[in-house]
Amino acid sequence: MLSKYETVIGLEVHVQLTTATKIFCGCSTRFGAPPNSQTCPVCLALPGALPVLNGKAVDFAILAGLATHCRIAPRSIFARKNYFYPDLPKGYQISQYELPICEHGHLDISLEGGATKRIGITRIHMEEDAGKSMHGETPETSASSFVDLNRAGTPLLEIVSEPDMRSPEEAIAYLKKLHQIVVYLGVCDGNLEQGSFRCDANVSVRPRGQEAFGTRAEIKNINSFRFIKQAIEYEVERQIELVENGEKVVQETRLFDPATGVTRSMRGKEDAHDYRYFPDPDLVPLVVDEAWIARMREQMPELPEARRARFVRDYGIPEYDAEVLTAERALADYYDACVKLHGGGKVCANWVMGEVIRGLNEQGIGIAECPVRPQMLAGMLQRIDDGTISGKIAKTVFDEMWRSGRDADTIIAEKGLKQVTDTGAIEAIIDEILAANPGQVEEYRAGKEKVFGFFVGQVMKASKGKANPAAVNDLLKKKLAGG
Amino acid sequence: MKISLEQVRKVATLARLALPEEELHTLTGQMDAILSYVDKLDELDVADIVPTAHAVPVENALRADEECPSIGLDKALANAPTAVNGCFRVPRVIE
Ligand SMILES: [Zn+2]
Repeated sequence: MLSKYETVIGLEVHVQLTTATKIFCGCSTRFGAPPNSQTCPVCLALPGALPVLNGKAVDFAILAGLATHCRIAPRSIFARKNYFYPDLPKGYQISQYELPICEHGHLDISLEGGATKRIGITRIHMEEDAGKSMHGETPETSASSFVDLNRAGTPLLEIVSEPDMRSPEEAIAYLKKLHQIVVYLGVCDGNLEQGSFRCDANVSVRPRGQEAFGTRAEIKNINSFRFIKQAIEYEVERQIELVENGEKVVQETRLFDPATGVTRSMRGKEDAHDYRYFPDPDLVPLVVDEAWIARMREQMPELPEARRARFVRDYGIPEYDAEVLTAERALADYYDACVKLHGGGKVCANWVMGEVIRGLNEQGIGIAECPVRPQMLAGMLQRIDDGTISGKIAKTVFDEMWRSGRDADTIIAEKGLKQVTDTGAIEAIIDEILAANPGQVEEYRAGKEKVFGFFVGQVMKASKGKANPAAVNDLLKKKLAGG
Repeated sequence: MKISLEQVRKVATLARLALPEEELHTLTGQMDAILSYVDKLDELDVADIVPTAHAVPVENALRADEECPSIGLDKALANAPTAVNGCFRVPRVIE
């Protein structure tokens, strides 16, 4: 059934910018403040208040445009999008319509099997967010909604793709890539749960081979990658069933319900879709010249693809390691810092991908909260290099750094973990072990070389892991041979 | 006619104006007269003129991303007919 039809998906992503203040006033954008405590005459829409554009929001829009290969408009304007809702105090949202700041971009996504596909980006425009409505849940409040305008006026980018995706998997690949880029750029904190990265999906189906698009439904405000996949899958099935039964797909807005996994029509919203955009007379045109674009190009951080390539080239690690280490900007920064301090690309990769990531997963925390900072990890690795501790003891030191937040040298000194390289001390231990195990000594001398491992284990155990393994090997061989 | 009764009715609905039937007729006549007057502009050749988005020749009025104190909850809610727990209370907006 699915193969008879082709799915067509276009995505609109709202990215909340990490500016300290709102897009048209100086109110803070901090999340989680008491309701309406971050408001002023501009974002409350009090009469006579005038908006003034936040220059940093423009910087961020340019950065996002450059990173997605868009053309930055030399001149763009703001428009009013008119509709009524209690969390939109002005009765219109300031957005961009005819002349958005960025157009004609693209992102290349990786598909399963290693192929890449180019997804077009139609436009990126700047706009303000609305406030938040909450709906009464008790008998006394069920007739009311409650409005918090702290979020009203928070700067957003709306990034609109071409209808270029043909499966939920491609849609997810595009979203993850876009998410990674805006977080790398530092223009968005990427927090899906708090709504910093929200997605609307336009979904339609058409018989394979047909050129004209089918009628599309818009699924609103889905806030996790998993839900987006579920919502699209459900919507495709629903539309195919309609077409198969000779019914028509209606162009409408639908809401995804994560609890049931279905999309529901938001009836009654259709006639409100006449937004009567017109240029906002309160805001002057925005002119971005070449100098401004050049300044932003200079500030552009290294993006994931470039970083992955550099890690492979300069640090000599495999593609796979580079992929894992660059998935998140903070993790890549952490690894980069470790290598810059210590120098060993592969050994740092092993520790970060091993002990560090395991510890983070166990505690369910992010790399930003990792108690072992790069200088601590690098410091410990130096103590392996200079023979102070063995690789085995290093695991103990690492765990202790994680637990206590203290550096390797302090822990090694305090716990007496310094490796024993003094041959006299090691020889004494070996003599004891050999004397205690005459049977095994006989076996070894009779040619059963496997017993050698037994002796190494015994010596290491007796030294509590502190004996230098190379020294133990050498001395053991001599003693066993010499008799 | 530059505008129909139906168009006026739609615009009224979008603006959340409940207008009596006879007023819709009056307004249709008035809006038609206004639009006909604006039509005078068609007499000019504007082929080479870039559309203006703003009346004064000013560009890039920008502010730095610096926080200003908000006005405080009491003032923010001063004009609210009802407020509960720091929120504006309005008639329920979803079913
Ligand atoms: Zn404000």
